[in-house]
Amino acid sequence: MSKYVQVEGVKVVFETKNGNFVAIKDIDLSVQQGEFISIIGHSGCGKSTLLNLVAGLIEPTAGALFCSGREIDGPGPERAVVFQNHSLLPWLTCFGNVYLAVERVFSRKEDKASLKKRTHDALELVGLSHAAQKLPHEISGGMKQRVGIARALSMQPKVLLLDEPFGALDALTRANLQDELMRIVAASGTTSIMVTHDVDEAVLLSDRIVMMTNGPAATIGEILNVNLSRPRNRLALVENAEYTHLRSEVLKFLYERHARKAA
Amino acid sequence: MTVISINRKIKDDIAPSIIKVENNVMNIPDQQDGPKAEAPKRNSILWSKPMRDVLFKTILPPLLGMALFIAGWALLAQQSENLPGPEKTWNSAVELFSDPFYDNGPNDKGIGWNLLNSLQRVGIGFGLAALIGIPLGFMIGRFAFFNGMTSPIISLLRPVSPLAWLPIGLLVFQDSQPAAIWVIFISSIWPMMINTAVGVTKIPQDYMNVARVLNLSEWKIFTRILFPAVLPYMMTGVRLSIGVAWLVIVAAEMLTGGVGIGFWVWDEWNNLNVEHIIIAIFVIGIVGLLLEKFLMLVAKRFEY
Repeated sequence: MSKYVQVEGVKVVFETKNGNFVAIKDIDLSVQQGEFISIIGHSGCGKSTLLNLVAGLIEPTAGALFCSGREIDGPGPERAVVFQNHSLLPWLTCFGNVYLAVERVFSRKEDKASLKKRTHDALELVGLSHAAQKLPHEISGGMKQRVGIARALSMQPKVLLLDEPFGALDALTRANLQDELMRIVAASGTTSIMVTHDVDEAVLLSDRIVMMTNGPAATIGEILNVNLSRPRNRLALVENAEYTHLRSEVLKFLYERHARKAA
Repeated sequence: MTVISINRKIKDDIAPSIIKVENNVMNIPDQQDGPKAEAPKRNSILWSKPMRDVLFKTILPPLLGMALFIAGWALLAQQSENLPGPEKTWNSAVELFSDPFYDNGPNDKGIGWNLLNSLQRVGIGFGLAALIGIPLGFMIGRFAFFNGMTSPIISLLRPVSPLAWLPIGLLVFQDSQPAAIWVIFISSIWPMMINTAVGVTKIPQDYMNVARVLNLSEWKIFTRILFPAVLPYMMTGVRLSIGVAWLVIVAAEMLTGGVGIGFWVWDEWNNLNVEHIIIAIFVIGIVGLLLEKFLMLVAKRFEY
């Protein structure tokens, strides 16, 4: 398998009023095509910074990032982002929000009917065909996040970047969306990188879990391989010894070796 | 001389009626005593709580305020030799509005014509200001370099009193009509420009991140993100601007003359027709209020 996304010796320094702040340093990571990676760590450990680097929203102070052999030098639709707070445009309908992305990526080669079909397909994929003409404020938080996922997937990205996608949702909605995300990613084979602080979510969804040490100057502490067979079923996994073991490994990393006092 | 003497005559004729109005005002407490005595009965049968709330919270306060205002005015008018009271003004207004669109040559037109002329000037001046100010506001908000270029000029020119621009207008346009429009333009451009620029800088970073991830063209960013996000700010600017424009038109017309509500006020002052001046004040106030309310309605449509 090829190294699809590569992060080499990356360091990010933010300039603040109180001098320079080293957010993350010495980050080396390679992600294979079709792999699902989770980045987990306490808040403030720079996991979102790492994701934003891959998205191209920020630039590394040192080091370099590559996506399918080309250096990442800015944001682009081949690396779609699902934002934590969904970031739907409130004046566009669900259809309009997805269509904006579809139009950007495919309008040069395809006609309007085909663009519309792509938009409908993306909404259908997340089970929201019925809400296509609704405005974001008319639908629930879980539905908004689904539209966010539909928007990202509609672009047929090489890499899907998810920034705590289900963090703001209630536990039941979150479980539903995790199952749907697993199904969608398995069907499309999209390479995915997800930032999370939910241990169960990380173990359930990932092929590998990247565990980060605490900031400032955070780096990758350990990388855990999750060798659970797919498709995974959350009910069956509760009884699974390997799942329980992996879960406790992550918890030990977070709460024994890199415990963090409540701020 | 004739005008004054006629006014005197009217005043003498009306004087008893002013006193009558006063008596009415004085009588109000007496009249209210009657219902008060029967109040318990009405409370239990006719007055449900929501009805009472509507009466005491939304109907009564403005009515009472108006009544006190008119009473104060009447009292003041009674003390003053020249200030006409409410009733005299009302009678004069009834007469005036019975034929608002008469036309006896350039210096004697009905109040309707004067109003329409003023509104037209405001419309042109304000429209030009919107046409230029709003796009400039977008550019100032979007491009830091352009903001740096324009901000000293804006800071310098914005506090200048609108009428200070009139001589420049007269000089450049050599005519009073475009000079008045110029004053409206230059005084109403600032709120629209500044509010639009502030709106652009206040756009949530999330939306701009969406634009960056999708790699949208500058045109798409403008039509799909900037414009809709800024619209509420822009409408606030438009509302402020039309208020300023309507404030300034009266002063500008007083200086430039022609047909218009401002000039009409000045004309009536020269005729010593104080009733008409008071009527004009009310008319200007009401038109300003209607413009404001209309734009609030428009602005509501653009909220998301």
